[in-house]
Amino acid sequence: MIVDVQHLKLESFHTKLGAKFVSFAGYRMPISYPLGVKGEHLQTRKAIGLFDVSHMGQIIIEGPQAAEALEKLVPAALQEMKPGQIRYSQLTLENGGILDDLMLTRWDKNSWGLVVNGACKFDDIKHLGQYLDASILMTHLEDLCLIAVQGPRARLALSSIIPEAADLVFMQSIRTTWNNIEIVLSCCGYTGEDGYEISIHKDHAETLAIKLTDLEEATWVGLGARNSLRLETGLCLYGNDLTRDTTPIEAGLIWSIQKRRRIEGGFLGAEVICKQIEIGADRKRVGITPLDGRTPIRDHTLLKTEGGELVGEITSGGFGPTHNGPIAMAYISHNVSAIETTLVAEVRGKALPCKVCDPGFVKQHYIRAL
Amino acid sequence: MTMKYTREHEWLRIEGEIATIGITFYAQEQLGDVVFVELPDIDTNCDQGAEVAVVESVKAASDIYAPISGTIIEVNEDLSERPELINEDPENDGWFFRIRLDDISELDALLDEAAYQEFIQEEEL
Repeated sequence: MIVDVQHLKLESFHTKLGAKFVSFAGYRMPISYPLGVKGEHLQTRKAIGLFDVSHMGQIIIEGPQAAEALEKLVPAALQEMKPGQIRYSQLTLENGGILDDLMLTRWDKNSWGLVVNGACKFDDIKHLGQYLDASILMTHLEDLCLIAVQGPRARLALSSIIPEAADLVFMQSIRTTWNNIEIVLSCCGYTGEDGYEISIHKDHAETLAIKLTDLEEATWVGLGARNSLRLETGLCLYGNDLTRDTTPIEAGLIWSIQKRRRIEGGFLGAEVICKQIEIGADRKRVGITPLDGRTPIRDHTLLKTEGGELVGEITSGGFGPTHNGPIAMAYISHNVSAIETTLVAEVRGKALPCKVCDPGFVKQHYIRAL
Repeated sequence: MTMKYTREHEWLRIEGEIATIGITFYAQEQLGDVVFVELPDIDTNCDQGAEVAVVESVKAASDIYAPISGTIIEVNEDLSERPELINEDPENDGWFFRIRLDDISELDALLDEAAYQEFIQEEEL
């Protein structure tokens, strides 16, 4: 258990930039910089946002039949993956719920890189240790920082200092060097934009951070805008939109379970999950938008039918600066989950009419091919 | 005309028995970009400390309390269309509502400008 608050390696760097901090995932993390949440959000959609996400867990899993071993814990198909390929998946539980969501990179036949949520990393490590065979070696790379460079100008700008960036497409990763320092460069992120995550040893993180700060039109972005950026593009936040009591199917993540796994199963919770694939789930993750187009509907707001029947709850809600209006995700009963269904949100004791919509309020702009 | 302030970071511009109320520059800075405001209905009677309005920023929703007892006589309709006025000009165009005071002696317990400045300096520490 984490008791003491953890400090990012770059904390003093962020302080110098004028960051405001909050406690998140056991770390003291920048929530915003002087530009402010809205400005940081818009700059990321327009040009480049820089994010220190070093609180996330970086883990290496190695050993004979590592793919087969990991497939028992995640519903993604791993055995077919090529070196340098990334897949998004979930660590599932016996009940079909989700312990964490994560990115898995295949490095070679028996070597895998995992990036997991900061708040869950110690639980994840315990879980992996419990289920993986003793012949599989797990290493928590605690000396690494992780910096994300996101936005439509990220590709060109980053390629000027790391040429390999130009050749990567969405969900590809490469081990390379910058400034003679070993890095892992991955083309993925959490904003819905094209962009990268750079894993680098903590001793060199500040040098890289300074270099990235100097990129034209780049701005540092805190957790505030990180949240609005991901929510606008329909991406789930573990702890809010994914929990130990939601399944990947209820969450609308069936796209992350490749066909072979849907048929074969063979992962924790497969009984529940595969049954839901077959007959459907009782509830579903959807987007919610107020009919007045103005009132934000926050986390934990209850949703009812016009007749007053409780049908669900907002799991993430706020305001989307690019959408320029309220954005929200909710879990609601399957029978009222059709797009355009009118529901009522209980906001400060008043009934606010709203409707079901696609959770993607802003289109994702990944570069999937060059 | 007198200016008064509260520890909840509201300002009151008092003209006779009418007070115009908004949030301070410091408050809007803490809130961040305001995206939505819910204002009270005209003719609402409110007790000092009652929740009368809500201001939502990109970060969170915050309640606005009536700093004095009275009747709401006017609200700033411009805020519905332009909530950003609260960030741009919090102590003028970004006003929230006007109250007709019930009891002018309630004002005595509020802060004057010097006391408020001192209060936010302490809060910053």
